[in-house]
Amino acid sequence: MGSYIARRLVLAIPVLVGITVIVFLIMSLIPGDPATAILGSYATPENVAKINRDLGLDKPLVERYFTWLFNMLQGDFGRSYSLNRPVIDEVLERFNATLILAGISFVLCSVLGILAGVVSAARQYGWADKAITFTVLIGISVPSFFLGMMMILFFAVNLRWLPVSGMYAIYGGGDLWDLVKHLVMPALALSAVATGVIARLSRSAMLEVLRQDYIRTARAKGVPERRVIMSHALRAAMVSIIPVLGIQAGFVLSGSVYIEIVFQWPGAGRMLVDAILSRDLLLVQGGVVFIAACYVLFNILVDVAQSLLDPRIKT
Amino acid sequence: MIQFFKLLFRNQLAALGAMVLGVIVITVLLTPVLPLQDPNVTATSDRFLKPLADGHLLGTDHLGRDMLSRLLHGARLSLGVGISAALMAALIGSAIGIVAGYVGGRIDNIIMRGVDMLMAFPYILLALAIVAALGPGLMNALIAVAAVNIPFFARNIRGVTVGLAGREFIDAARLSGMSHTRIVLTELLPNVLPVIIIAMSTTIGWMILETAGLSFLGLGSQPPQADLGSMLGEARSAMISYPHVSVIPGVMIFLIVMSVNLLGDGLRDALDPRLRSGALSRPRATTLVERQGEVPEATDDLLAIQDLQTQFQVGPRIYRAVGGVSLAVKPGECLGLIGESGSGKSVTALSVMGLVASPPGVITGGAVHFQGTDLVGARYDTLRRMRGDRVAYIFQDPLSTLHPLYRVGDQLAEAILAHHKVGKDEVRKRVIQLFEDVRIPNAASRIDNYPHEMSGGMRQRVGIAMALANDPDVIIADEPTTALDVTVQAQILSLLNDLRRDRGLAVVFITHDFGVVAQLCDRIAVMYAGRIVEEGPTTAVLEHPSHPYTKRLIACVPELGGGRRKLAAIRGLPPVIDDLPPGCAFAPRCERAQEDCKKGEVPLESTGPRAVRCLYPEEELRKVKEATA
Repeated sequence: MGSYIARRLVLAIPVLVGITVIVFLIMSLIPGDPATAILGSYATPENVAKINRDLGLDKPLVERYFTWLFNMLQGDFGRSYSLNRPVIDEVLERFNATLILAGISFVLCSVLGILAGVVSAARQYGWADKAITFTVLIGISVPSFFLGMMMILFFAVNLRWLPVSGMYAIYGGGDLWDLVKHLVMPALALSAVATGVIARLSRSAMLEVLRQDYIRTARAKGVPERRVIMSHALRAAMVSIIPVLGIQAGFVLSGSVYIEIVFQWPGAGRMLVDAILSRDLLLVQGGVVFIAACYVLFNILVDVAQSLLDPRIKT
Repeated sequence: MIQFFKLLFRNQLAALGAMVLGVIVITVLLTPVLPLQDPNVTATSDRFLKPLADGHLLGTDHLGRDMLSRLLHGARLSLGVGISAALMAALIGSAIGIVAGYVGGRIDNIIMRGVDMLMAFPYILLALAIVAALGPGLMNALIAVAAVNIPFFARNIRGVTVGLAGREFIDAARLSGMSHTRIVLTELLPNVLPVIIIAMSTTIGWMILETAGLSFLGLGSQPPQADLGSMLGEARSAMISYPHVSVIPGVMIFLIVMSVNLLGDGLRDALDPRLRSGALSRPRATTLVERQGEVPEATDDLLAIQDLQTQFQVGPRIYRAVGGVSLAVKPGECLGLIGESGSGKSVTALSVMGLVASPPGVITGGAVHFQGTDLVGARYDTLRRMRGDRVAYIFQDPLSTLHPLYRVGDQLAEAILAHHKVGKDEVRKRVIQLFEDVRIPNAASRIDNYPHEMSGGMRQRVGIAMALANDPDVIIADEPTTALDVTVQAQILSLLNDLRRDRGLAVVFITHDFGVVAQLCDRIAVMYAGRIVEEGPTTAVLEHPSHPYTKRLIACVPELGGGRRKLAAIRGLPPVIDDLPPGCAFAPRCERAQEDCKKGEVPLESTGPRAVRCLYPEEELRKVKEATA
């Protein structure tokens, strides 16, 4: 297993390098002069020249890329113009908040989605199946940001059960309970779509598996039906569910951008949007590369989980 | 095509989706000519009017602009941008996928590595990076959303193309001198198109959401122009005091996306042939029983199948797989059930313990008595307690009948634990003992293997050990040696024979192999088209077959050392069992058939231990009996 993980990590290196190339190329697509874009109305010739020198924009493309790459490898992602602090500090701080939100949402959508899918398949065409299918249909059609806004209106403004926004209360908060109260709505809103997608997929994966010969064998042995479904069928269905969990983790991470805006969550997604609007390109560049790299590593974890589940995968 | 739309709209949800979407699209197309107010004219004195206010059906927003007008113009923009993005992504992505899949080799490799890298991004990061580079704006958001979805199309379409590019008709086109462009356009594209449509129908809702999302973030459409996303984004700051300004565009996005999804699902179901057959329904824990007519009385046999009828109901068709079969076994006896593929042997066997997949299987008549208990009418729990404990199965092809993700020892232990409360060490001991009983070498280490780590013969032994785990009274073996080579087959047969003698269990042995039958069985029953056509002691039937079908079946078997002789294949095919002709089912293939064979029911006539269902048998059983007496 150890060597399998090591091999996967080595194989991830070209992907990580590819990610930096893609991000770098997109960022160098910028029409016109980036210095002018950054400075806006302050673009005097001296200022532009200074920015170009600071950002190394006067050097050739390839050289600029490698400088950027090697600096990053040493932990130097450059300096944010709008915030006037190192990009990596800002990204780490903000990504921490995103990780809490997205992590909880991911756990939520995995557990709820698989559970709903299993119940739905086990009660195919029954009322539970119909209720779940209907809820899932609504769940995957509501934009998460709209769902979040409606939740705020209903639970925070009308019922006053939960705080409207933010990560901690401004006065007297800061403990775990405070965090949980602030997390409930954003986590639910963020996981809604992914829950729906996972539930749908789990249902069809379970239906597929339940028709297999080895399920008939389990029944012929006299294994109780509950165990047939929860252990024999679910375990086999997980083989096709796990890769989708990996993909959905990406969607949860993506969706956190909207949710962070709606709930004023101090995460990396909101940081990126602010950075784009203030044309802070180094911050965008660094943030995107950092989050994408984390996602690649997370997908290795998914593959490892898959290989633990399925002995037919060579490790 | 008409068939396709019928199929699509039989799905009521898809029809509903099509209707809602149709209404929205038509309204949105008519928006420029409808008598609406200018969506961008501000009137600060009329800010935040509630819906149903004078002259403003849906009220006004924070600048006093008419919500209805803005909603329709916004929906027009959102739909337009979403659909354009989908078309762009589908077009470029599919082109890349087709080229990669058709050309193959290094170009394919390079393209797909690039696609993989793009897919390594959570999609919004890429979209944000593109918008960051190009600057906020609706056109740039469209490009970003399309670009992010290109890899998805490229990968899907490439997969399909690779499969098609290796097929004969593409080779034929190439050999006939068609140019590559023509092959791609006339041969490949028509076959790939359904996949592209399915992929589009499942992503178009997403793309509408994604573009709305970028606008919501302020990165898409710029004021005063507004799509649904930016309407929602602008309304957010006043959400608490004036919720209608947020709710209206939000509900509109929801309606659009939901109707697109419903229609997309319907489209996918209609285009995916596997779903069309309704094959994706879950088999119940026991076969459905809808018994009509009398339930036969119990007999004193150990296991008695009496006038069993099992059908498969697929749509309007009814396949009578088992049409009134009666069989019985006594302790220590081995009954061979023989017949061609599709004659109903396996369905008969699976009906015993309610293991026929249902839907589509239904037991419609007869009874199965085990020690006097009727299993057909039994409750699930009664049946479950007997499964594997009193009546056990050995299935064909143990690679698919053993669970691929569990160790074989654990699967065996489970068979024991399902019926007996036994400690962990005790179970392990018994599992090893069972492995040794079926002569698996190194039993103690073999129990930790997964099925894919074992050979076919070893897997079959695991299957037998599993059947023996609870020392059952009856074993039903469904072609347990068909997938094995002859030496292994011989070992397994003698193993089964020993176990039968040692433990005194009754065996129902299903096969299409007369050699196996002769070696193992005391009696045999021959099945054709769901019914027993001949039954009797093994040697008697093999030496003096009475039914023409039995005789022809035996004539098909080559004999070792018997010199060269002509093997007489039976002409024709077994009948389709959803439309059986009246009279003898074998008559159309039978050389001895007369006119009256095709009229009326032919009864199963028994004489002593033998029985035959034939008006003109090869040998009159009475004569045979006299001759041997």
